[in-house]
Amino acid sequence: MAEKNKQDFITDEEKNPYIKYFRKDRLPTIFCSGCGIGITINSFLKGLESADIDFNNLSLVSGIGCSSRVPGYLNCDSLHTTHGRAMSFATGLKIGNPDLNVVVFTGDGDASAIGGNHLIHAARRNINLTVICINNNIYGMTGGQVSPTSPEGTLATTAPYGSIDTPFNLIDLVTAAGASFVGRWTTAHPLQLSKTIKNGLLNNGFSFIEVVSQCPTYYGRKNKLKTPVSMIKMFKENSINKRRADTLSEEELLGKIVVGEFVNKKRGELSKKIDDLSYIKSGRNTIRKSAYIF
Amino acid sequence: MIKEIRIGGFGGQGVILSGLVIGKAATLFDKKNSVQTQSYGPEARGGASKTEILISDEEIIYPEVESPDILVIMSHEALLKYHKDLKKEGILIVDPDLAHIDVISDFINENKIEVYEVNVTKIATEEIGLKIVANIVMVGVITKITKLISIDSVKKAIIDSVPKGTEEKNLTAFDYGYNYNMD
Amino acid sequence: MTKELFIQGNEACARGAIEAGCRFFGGYPITPSTEIAEYLSIALPKVSGSFIQMEDEISAIGSVIGASWSGIKSMTATSGPGFSLMQENIGFAIMSETPLVIVNVQRGSPSTGQPTMAGQGDMMQARWGSHGDYETIAISPSSVQEFFDFTILGFNLAEKYRVPVVILADEVIGHMREKVHLQDNIETLKRIKPKEDLKDFLPFKNVENGTNPMPSFGDGYNIHVTGLTHNERGYPITTSPKDHSTLVKRLVNKILKNRENIVSTNFKYCDDADIVLIGYGSPIRSIMEAVKIGRENGIKIGYLKINTPWPFPEDEVAKIAKNVDDLIVVEMNLGQMVHEVERVAKNDTNVHLFSEIGGTLPKPTDILNKVKKLL
Repeated sequence: MAEKNKQDFITDEEKNPYIKYFRKDRLPTIFCSGCGIGITINSFLKGLESADIDFNNLSLVSGIGCSSRVPGYLNCDSLHTTHGRAMSFATGLKIGNPDLNVVVFTGDGDASAIGGNHLIHAARRNINLTVICINNNIYGMTGGQVSPTSPEGTLATTAPYGSIDTPFNLIDLVTAAGASFVGRWTTAHPLQLSKTIKNGLLNNGFSFIEVVSQCPTYYGRKNKLKTPVSMIKMFKENSINKRRADTLSEEELLGKIVVGEFVNKKRGELSKKIDDLSYIKSGRNTIRKSAYIF
Repeated sequence: MIKEIRIGGFGGQGVILSGLVIGKAATLFDKKNSVQTQSYGPEARGGASKTEILISDEEIIYPEVESPDILVIMSHEALLKYHKDLKKEGILIVDPDLAHIDVISDFINENKIEVYEVNVTKIATEEIGLKIVANIVMVGVITKITKLISIDSVKKAIIDSVPKGTEEKNLTAFDYGYNYNMD
Repeated sequence: MTKELFIQGNEACARGAIEAGCRFFGGYPITPSTEIAEYLSIALPKVSGSFIQMEDEISAIGSVIGASWSGIKSMTATSGPGFSLMQENIGFAIMSETPLVIVNVQRGSPSTGQPTMAGQGDMMQARWGSHGDYETIAISPSSVQEFFDFTILGFNLAEKYRVPVVILADEVIGHMREKVHLQDNIETLKRIKPKEDLKDFLPFKNVENGTNPMPSFGDGYNIHVTGLTHNERGYPITTSPKDHSTLVKRLVNKILKNRENIVSTNFKYCDDADIVLIGYGSPIRSIMEAVKIGRENGIKIGYLKINTPWPFPEDEVAKIAKNVDDLIVVEMNLGQMVHEVERVAKNDTNVHLFSEIGGTLPKPTDILNKVKKLL
């Protein structure tokens, strides 16, 4: 009895040290219980704190889908845009004001199906955005359709006999396109994930972090992984670190989730280049918030 | 009174630049009114190219040329396509190395067309050593024959319009055209 | 002091944008609008602005919306095919109340159509192209000078009402060269920051005149901007009929209730005219010439020049309709704005269409022949 009473008096901050970053008037979230997005948000906020990023200077941009609802719950400036196009809105926002820290929350469908073109061009330009792509291998918000990352054989409402498509490897995609920081973890690796998010935030260029995440409601239910625990267990069992994976053959890697940091290289960044061009041609950097000046 | 000039050739000859120079001379330096339009095909180079310039002391309302007073021809295709639009007793200026007016001799005679033949491309190539200034040689010829724009204004417009560093060559080209012996 | 230049319409538009305070352009090359992008790629860095060529028109307008929220007056320029691709994000700009300018230099259409020829086939797309209920502002220039002036007007209206404004030009105006006067005391409308405390500020408040001050990202307001139906705080609220209706009606009324402040027309000889010609954009030039020749020949005709096709100047058209026998709408499509004219004028007069497609301006003599048949 005494125990229970004590529980009632635990503050929000004690339950979750990151609650201070939330728009409390918007809680609870729309996410299903057991969804991997919660773990991702916590890892993101931990990474943000350890990268020493000013939360007040943070702008979150997203498209459409479950993962794209994240910015709406965090108490910073947030731009919830059209399906697939977050990268282009974020590009304009970052060029318009390079002093902002711009982070994009997206999912497998948003980033690599409808938004695939914008994704590779943002990577090519190496614009300083940090993209957190929560990959649950399915369309959650519309009720469980097959996605471009669904492994072959995945059961989905639009793949009733199992997916016959070849999935994208998002890491290979953005690496080939020129991203200067690329990492992947699963929701079974929250600590590693937060460290990689920190490194991505600190990279002055295009950073892409894939979070392999569970959707127990649709992916799990359709594919004999009904509980969040069984999905996370599957991630743990099938994950293999990049260093070890490098020594294995393609056949040996079949069905494995390779995790780690894949790319971390210095390369010219776009918003800086535009600022520099302005300096050369006009004698000063681009004027911030000029709409209020003239 | 609105005077209408049409210049027809192919892409890459600088037909549109010659229209720009004439329009600029008329408006900015002669303080007349002018409208210049252009049309071109989908090809980046070599397709048909046309520019039209209207010059008037009054305001120009309708900007398109229906029947030009002066037709300038820089390709045989343009000659065949546009000669019939020329006004009765209008002026036809042709580079004879690019278009052959004998095929329209009936039209010329019936409509009492005033014809001038000047080998502008040959002059540009042989006298100036730069084929691409043939358009400006032609501007010199047009200035001389039509008297619609003043020589000083055209020279100012050339300096204002051609790529930096090419002003001298272009002014020389203009002089060759302007001083060409029409007799 | 004014400066005189002999320049193309597209260059006049780009120069107008710079004068209006535009410091971001995101675009994708397309004939016959490309000269606008080319000019701004040279000019923007010289005035401490930014230029980016995006991967398509969808991302072009996406980048423009993002840049606008960063606190920069922003624009894009395109033609029919690109305008089609932009439609979903235009709806987002309307719903999120993002000021920006879209220049559409119209060409022959549908589909790829006639890239180097003029048309006015996008008039209804400018009005209804994005899904859902909305009102919009569109401005049509009919001279190089107007392409300069109307681009500035477009930026001012975009800021005043926090809406995307479409400059509906066409290939004739885009590529034609004329003399323009550039004033150096141009009036521009600055964006206004909210006065309220950060905590109390409601970015999407249901205010009387419909338009709220606009903060930018990084100002500390921590605002949420979404294309979902949202409450005054900006938070999604998608299943409440009342909230949806309040929001959408406010967005629509921003334009409708300010119609008289936005609408711009010019007319001549309408007082004693038997027949009035109505048009917008470059065919105005054909109309004015036809009216001039007609009057010289004793025909009682006049014209109404519509500078703002949207919101449609229905009061102006209705007023003229009461005093004339016939109205002829001249447009370079198979009949789009004629339906709007019919809507407001058909009970008072006869409405006719003079339609010209194919890429060139209607001939004044052809318009006059149509007039003579009605006399």
